[in-house]
Amino acid sequence: MSSSKIASKIPEGNLEQKWSKYRSTVPLVNPANKRSLEIIVVGSGLAGASAASTLAELGYKVKVFCFQDSARRAHSIAAQGGINAAKNYQNDGDSVYRLFYDTIKGGDYRAREANVYRLAEVSTNIIDQSVASGVPFAREYGGLLSNRSFGGTQVQRTFYAAGQTGQQLLLGAYSGLQRQIGMGAVQMFARHEMLDVVNIDGVCRGIIARDLVTGKLERHFGHAVLLCTGGYGNVFFLSTNAMGSNVTAAWKAHKKGAMFANPCFTQIHPTCIPVSGDHQSKLTLMSESLRNDGRIWVPKRKEDAEAIRAGKLNPNQLKEEERDYYLERRYPAFGNLVPRDVASRAAKERCDAGFGVNKTGEAVYLDFAFNMKYKYGKTEATKKGISNPTEAQLNALGHEVIKEKYGNLFDMYQQITGVNPYENPMMIYPAVHYTMGGLWVDYNLMTTVPGLYALGEANFSDHGANRLGASALMQGLADGYFVIPYTIGAYLNNEIRTKAISTDHEAFVEAEKNVQDRIDRFFAIKGTKSVDYFHKKLGKIMWDKCGMARNEAGLIEAIEDIKALRNEFWNDVRVPGAANELNPELEKAGRVADFLELGELMCLDALKRNESCGGHFREEYQTEEGEALRDDENFKYVAAWEMLELGNWELNKEDLIYDNIKIAQRSYK
Amino acid sequence: MSEQNINVTLKVWRQRNSQSKGGFETYPLNDVSTDMSFLEMFDVLNEKLIQEGKDPVAFDHDCREGICGMCSMFINGRPHGPKQAVTTCQLHMRSFKNGETIVVEPWRAKPFKVIKDLVVDRSAFDRIIAAGGFISVNTGNAQDANAIPIAKENADESFAAAACIGCGACVAACKNASAMLFVSAKVSQLALLPQGQPERKQRVMDMVAQMDNEGFGACTNTGACSAECPKEISLTNIARMNRDFLAAEITNK
Repeated sequence: MSSSKIASKIPEGNLEQKWSKYRSTVPLVNPANKRSLEIIVVGSGLAGASAASTLAELGYKVKVFCFQDSARRAHSIAAQGGINAAKNYQNDGDSVYRLFYDTIKGGDYRAREANVYRLAEVSTNIIDQSVASGVPFAREYGGLLSNRSFGGTQVQRTFYAAGQTGQQLLLGAYSGLQRQIGMGAVQMFARHEMLDVVNIDGVCRGIIARDLVTGKLERHFGHAVLLCTGGYGNVFFLSTNAMGSNVTAAWKAHKKGAMFANPCFTQIHPTCIPVSGDHQSKLTLMSESLRNDGRIWVPKRKEDAEAIRAGKLNPNQLKEEERDYYLERRYPAFGNLVPRDVASRAAKERCDAGFGVNKTGEAVYLDFAFNMKYKYGKTEATKKGISNPTEAQLNALGHEVIKEKYGNLFDMYQQITGVNPYENPMMIYPAVHYTMGGLWVDYNLMTTVPGLYALGEANFSDHGANRLGASALMQGLADGYFVIPYTIGAYLNNEIRTKAISTDHEAFVEAEKNVQDRIDRFFAIKGTKSVDYFHKKLGKIMWDKCGMARNEAGLIEAIEDIKALRNEFWNDVRVPGAANELNPELEKAGRVADFLELGELMCLDALKRNESCGGHFREEYQTEEGEALRDDENFKYVAAWEMLELGNWELNKEDLIYDNIKIAQRSYK
Repeated sequence: MSEQNINVTLKVWRQRNSQSKGGFETYPLNDVSTDMSFLEMFDVLNEKLIQEGKDPVAFDHDCREGICGMCSMFINGRPHGPKQAVTTCQLHMRSFKNGETIVVEPWRAKPFKVIKDLVVDRSAFDRIIAAGGFISVNTGNAQDANAIPIAKENADESFAAAACIGCGACVAACKNASAMLFVSAKVSQLALLPQGQPERKQRVMDMVAQMDNEGFGACTNTGACSAECPKEISLTNIARMNRDFLAAEITNK
């Protein structure tokens, strides 16, 4: 039985008809009334930009906030590989159902059927909309759209623009947003950070934001507030997130009554550039698309791994039979294209066993030499009529193809590591990349606070315990372009009589005062350590004890460690400068203070989920072969946490019901 | 590439806010790992300044992967520093020598007002896009994505123009502070696609008008913009924009 405090509001009827029926029957708001309804959108990534522009097109009055200097900088821009859609342009057996099925299975049966099916349904519209707004996707010579494969699927359904798909999609959504700004339908607040939500009589009515340039606190009213503020991977300090990515908006909402769901579901991406030293500020992803052509391996013999680590052996000298292509060995059906959680754990397993290949022992190879020569080199040689090509010829021909497909990624790799990946295999290691958990939302994307919504990575709803590659862009745009414009009507049609509330209302005054008090408190500490010092310490606790593998003892320890660190932070942090100016250290202090609270909840959630599923791997629960062992009898639920006070959370369960999919142990063998 | 430690001297532009007068401060920094990125080196500097009770250097940055376009340092007289085709965040200390003095300034251009230290206001770029850098298609109006085939070479060229990250290096590099490369990249991206045709003339006129209103200078074809562009946006985009602009002016007025 699900908790009575949460209602998922999934429409009745067959899975295939739920969304179309809902769209046809959801209450509407007439155009004249839309003009007096105000919507606040926080965050300008794919979810925020697409929601804001679409809602403005419908006639609502929209305000958008982002902490960067322009809406175009949001971290969606860094997504590389692609976006999934069930177009079946390749005629390879794809369908809405198959995309739905792959996503549920990929998420290790911890996502909501109805939401995922809707996502798969609207996926095709996203590609249409993006192409119409000028997104230059990759095309074949015939002029039609090109597709490639991603992990966890056996069809080619991923649309892409070189290794810059997120950039192109975001710039498409951003240009739509700028159009509405130019027409005065959207008011943009760049370099503004949301620091609290304002509730009146249990309903969300606005936000408090800080102008990051002047330091001035501002009150903004909205009939509805949409948090499109991304994920919280930066709780680990080192992640592939942007430096500014943070949990603050979602966390403030949580502290004001919005439940936080599945916080421990974190995605560790298998192919990132390994850590190079203590100075490391962030990690860089190498797109999953590289696993189409890159083969992952470590040496078969430990002596060879040791020799490589000591710089005495060049990996290119190892013969095929001396290499362990461990993914191909363990998972012959999917090979190098197993889902991310599986690939990450397999890399950790090999490195922990002593087969790692860089100086820290925490890296494996991603090698393109074989496909460069024998897949692409041979095809090109045949096309050009070269019979009996030499190895060097094959290499040169394949080099060009690889360059066209992944050139920017190879350049980035060389830039960061100083090593040429065309000549030497890339070294990679898993890193924190995405958070499947987030604010709990119902089918309408509304949190447990009426009027407060969460879209994109900020919510929990579609990816279960593990997100498949190329599905984050899909979800962000689905939520913004095609879901919220309908579902928000279900709420706002009851708000047409609500006049704009004055921001002199005591709830706004009080919220602003709390924000101001907290800022004053940061400056009053005058401690000895920088914000980064605490952030790095927190990151290490999280990575060691709530990272790729977790266990009960470690999690209990982590909770105590975090509490102690939080205490130290509030007594010894040093925030230089003043409140009334651009002050990046103050911004960071606020974000890290929130991470120091979130980290505790993540560990608590991981501790209470006595099973392994997707990205959540509890060492106590694994099969003999080391695969994640789910416990569907006891844990087939969404864990929605309600904060009673800091350090005291109440668990509310939403049972997951699978009417259309037979759940089974996930197998990619 | 083997890691080493080097010593450098930084001369950094410090300016409290847009009203105050700025100046250079000198900071010696020792034992800098050559594996560090340029911004990680600034992290180390800031950590040191905080420990000394001084105000850390404000600088714009976010993704640190070379794609968001937020980082913007003028290093030794060149936007994004000495290396070709990289942003500041992707520049690594292995590009510098032991004992080197490195001068770091904000973008210098009248429309890019300094906000603090190395942080400038680039909102003019957003206003130029808002003036016309889009295709007017409301959500829900689109036809099937494969309904109009687009020749691969046009799609590829459009993509190459669309790779612009809006960092403003082109403006900083130009002696006239011209924004022609930025504006022409967007004009070209959309002009090369069939979807961009209906608004093609109006778009180029509106965007150029806004560019002029913002106070960016004229183009004198020196090509510094393209040479310094971290995404190597081609100068031919400017030629295309000039053609489109001329054609639009002649036929519309």
